[in-house]
Amino acid sequence: MKSIISYITEILKGVWTLLTGMKVTAKYFFTPWKHVTQQYPENRLTLKIADRFRGEVIMPHNENNEHKCTGCGICEINCPNGSIEIITKTLMTDEGKKKRAIDQHIYHLGMCTFCNLCVKACPTGAIVMGQKFEHAVWDRSKLTKVLNQPGSKIMEGVKD
Amino acid sequence: MDELKEVMITTDEIRTDEYLINMGPQHPSTHGVLRLLVQLEGEIVHNVQPHIGYIHSGIEKMTESLSYPQIGHLTDRMDYLSAHQNNEAVALCVENALQIEVPDRVKYIRTIMSELSRLASHQLWWCVMGMDMGALTTFFYGLRDREDILDIFEETCGARLTVNYSIPGGLMFDIHPNFQRDVKAFITKFRTKLPEYDRLLSGNVIFTERTKGVGFLSKEDAIAYGVTGPTARASGFACDLRKHRPYSAYDKVNFNEVLSDVGDTYARYQVRMQEMWESMNIIEQLIDNIPEGDYAVKMKGVVKLPEGEFYQRVETARGEFGVFIVSDGKKNPYRVKFRSPGFSNLFTINHIAKGWKIADLVAIMSTFDLVIPDIDR
Repeated sequence: MKSIISYITEILKGVWTLLTGMKVTAKYFFTPWKHVTQQYPENRLTLKIADRFRGEVIMPHNENNEHKCTGCGICEINCPNGSIEIITKTLMTDEGKKKRAIDQHIYHLGMCTFCNLCVKACPTGAIVMGQKFEHAVWDRSKLTKVLNQPGSKIMEGVKD
Repeated sequence: MDELKEVMITTDEIRTDEYLINMGPQHPSTHGVLRLLVQLEGEIVHNVQPHIGYIHSGIEKMTESLSYPQIGHLTDRMDYLSAHQNNEAVALCVENALQIEVPDRVKYIRTIMSELSRLASHQLWWCVMGMDMGALTTFFYGLRDREDILDIFEETCGARLTVNYSIPGGLMFDIHPNFQRDVKAFITKFRTKLPEYDRLLSGNVIFTERTKGVGFLSKEDAIAYGVTGPTARASGFACDLRKHRPYSAYDKVNFNEVLSDVGDTYARYQVRMQEMWESMNIIEQLIDNIPEGDYAVKMKGVVKLPEGEFYQRVETARGEFGVFIVSDGKKNPYRVKFRSPGFSNLFTINHIAKGWKIADLVAIMSTFDLVIPDIDR
C-alpha cells in the first residue's frame, strides 16, 4: 500500500514541477507586448548603435576635403593582421623642402578584426571607428577601401 | 531481488557486439566541431575518445610574430565567452613582467567586467544545457538576459563578444558614463529573472531524473585529471583562484566559493547556478566604489619584456586559464603557451561517461561547458 501511495505522490510531484515551468512560459505567452524581439531590418531608422561600436575604420574629412593623416605609418605597424597599408608620396613645400604626405591609406576590411589598436595608436587622431555594421558585398574586392578621399589634403597645423 | 537477477540474465543473453559511432564533428550537442569516437554496446557507453583539432587556428604560433599589446585580441577568439578574463590574463602577465602597478580604477573595472562576462557565459551555458536536454524554451530565456550584458559591453568596450578591453597597462577606454546605471539596472532585473530559471529547469522532473546521480567525478579524480572551475568545485575541489590567489580587485570583495561534495551532473549544474548569484554579489560590492583615477598607465610605444619566463593564471567561467610567456628580450615573445581549462576538463569524459547511456553522455558533456576554440586554440 505504501509503495502505491509513494508512486502516486511521485507522479503528482512530477506533474507539479512541469506545471511550475509551464506557468512561467504561459506568463510570457499571455503578455506578448513585453516581448524582446526587434524587427530588424524594418527598424533600421530607429536602431541605436553605441557610439563606441567598432564597425569599420574610417578617416573623417572636413568640408574642405581635408584630413589629419600625416602618413607616419604607426597604424600599419600596430595592426596585428596587416589590414592597413600606407602608401606615401613626397611633396615639395613652398620653401623648397621635401615633405612626406599620404598618397593612399588602404584598408582591407575583410582582414580586420576590429581590435581598435590602430585608432588607439594614431598620434593625430586621423582614423576613428565607424558605426556601420552592414558590410556584406557581392564582390570581395569591394572590401579593400582607400580611406583618404580623392583630391584630399592634410589639415593646416597637423604635424607628426 | 530474484526478479532483478532474471532481468540481468536476459540482458546478458541479448548482448550485442560493440560498435563505434562518431558523435560530431557536426553534432549540435558538442557545441562546435568536436568529434567524439564513442564505443557502444547497445546504448551503453564503453569508451569515449575525443578527437580534437578541427578548429585549430594556431594562435600560440601566431603570437610569436606579434607584439605584446597585439596578443590580447587573439585571446578573445579562443574562449569567446570569457573574452574579458582572457584579455586580463595576458595584460596581467605583461604587467607583472614589466613590474607595472595599474591604478585601482583599472582593477575595479576589470573585476566588474570579468564578473559580467562570467554571468553572460553561465547564462549561455544554462540555456544551451536546457537545449541539449530537449527543452528549447530555456534557450530563448537565457539569450534574452544575456542580451542586456552584451549591450553593456557594446556601450563601454565597443564590441559585444571579442571585446579586447583589457590591454597591457590598463584599459582600452574609460567606462561609459551610463555604465554604472546600466549595470545596476541589469542586476536588479536579473535578480528577479534568475528564480525564473530555477522554476523552468532546475525543479523540472524530467531534468532532475536525467541529471541527478548521473556521471560522478570524485575529488581525487578531478585533481588527478587537472580539472578546474565549476566542474571541479562540484566535486568538492576548492580551486577558485579568485579566492585562493586573488588578482585585480578580488581581495577587496566578500564572496563565497561555491562548493558541492556530490560530483554528479546535477551538482555541476547547481554550482554554476549559485555562481551566478555570487557574481552578482561581487558586482554590487564594486559598482558604487569605482575609485577615480586614470584608466591606463602610459606605456612605451614598443613594449619589450625582460628576458625570462612569466606565468599568470586567472579564473575564467570554465576554470583556470593560464598564460605562459617566454621572452628573449625582443618585442615579440619567444614562445607563448596558453593553459586552457576546457582541454583538461574534456579529457575526463572517458572516465566519467563509461558505463552510462549515450543520452547521459550528452548531459555530462553539457555540464562541462565546453568551448571548442578554447580546446583547440
